[in-house]
Amino acid sequence: MNIVLIGGKKLVYFLSRTLISKGHRVTIINENHDECVWLTRQLNLTVIHGDASNPRILEEAGVEMADEVLAMTPRDEDNLVICQLARNHFKVNRTLAIVNDPDLEEVFKGFGITAVSTINILATIIEQRARFDDITNVIPFEEGKANLTEIVLHAGSPVVGKPLMSLDLPPDALIAMIIRRGEPIIPRGQTVLLPEDRLAVMTLPGTHGLMIRTLTGEAD
Amino acid sequence: MKKDILFIVVIGCGRLGAYLANRLSGQGCSVVVIDQHQAAFDGLTVEFGGFRVEGDCTEVAVLKQAKIERADIVVATTNEDNINLMVAQIARQVFKVPRVIARVYQPERETVYRVMGIETICPTTLAGEHLLGFIRSNPSHSE
Repeated sequence: MNIVLIGGKKLVYFLSRTLISKGHRVTIINENHDECVWLTRQLNLTVIHGDASNPRILEEAGVEMADEVLAMTPRDEDNLVICQLARNHFKVNRTLAIVNDPDLEEVFKGFGITAVSTINILATIIEQRARFDDITNVIPFEEGKANLTEIVLHAGSPVVGKPLMSLDLPPDALIAMIIRRGEPIIPRGQTVLLPEDRLAVMTLPGTHGLMIRTLTGEAD
Repeated sequence: MKKDILFIVVIGCGRLGAYLANRLSGQGCSVVVIDQHQAAFDGLTVEFGGFRVEGDCTEVAVLKQAKIERADIVVATTNEDNINLMVAQIARQVFKVPRVIARVYQPERETVYRVMGIETICPTTLAGEHLLGFIRSNPSHSE
């Protein structure tokens, strides 16, 4: 894929390095001249020095040929304008804006611009983890309207040793997959849960806590 | 507030923002002006009888504090094109303000947003066209 990244510092450097190692072509647009020079010395990529919210700079970076444009500057308004120019003027199909102000995630989506708030993602992970140590991973969908949670069952869990159909699980919650000794199992009603099973659990926010408590046996 | 009095929110209290706020307030409009620097309000004269909100206009909470949802007109005049474009879109689409206009210095950027249906005003092209007219009408040019 042709990927254009806008931004700087470690975030853009490490992301570029990762993408290049996976075989993608990366172009960076950065406003700081010294940073541009440093990036070209570190990585095998094209660096354009300039303001990416200027259509001429985007054109110079070959944005109309890009599969993906990622705006990751620390300024939310710049990220919005960059993505809107890329989409509306250069007809790029996929753009992504990082937002600092979590309130803007919804606002940008209303403008047709996909936005990700790192603050919202981190806050979700911290909240969930703080309550349950067994939870190893949480992926929010649609700003947390649904969550995919990874959770490990211990021998003391009240659901261990019972077939799924006999469990009293809350509504709006689903055990989507079980990883048992490294092998995935798509569960059915007869499937019996075992200690050390890793469960992928799909929940809506209203029943998330209850579902996790049902599986771990921990009080709130 | 009587409904026949226009309620206008001016974003940014620089030279243009302060000029508009003073004039509009003097003409009897109800005006709120937003700027993140207290010192910027020094540009407001005795003519100004409106309200000032000190805060960052890119924060939705600050716009709410200025009662932007009740505005008839929003004018975005900060010295940053991208802030003006973002705030204008927020005013229009989130707060449903009937008329919104953004100042945009850079002509290329202005063109793209005008095509997208956002009202903009570009001082660069305005002054440029005016000066071109002046140069064309210069008698020494026509030989």
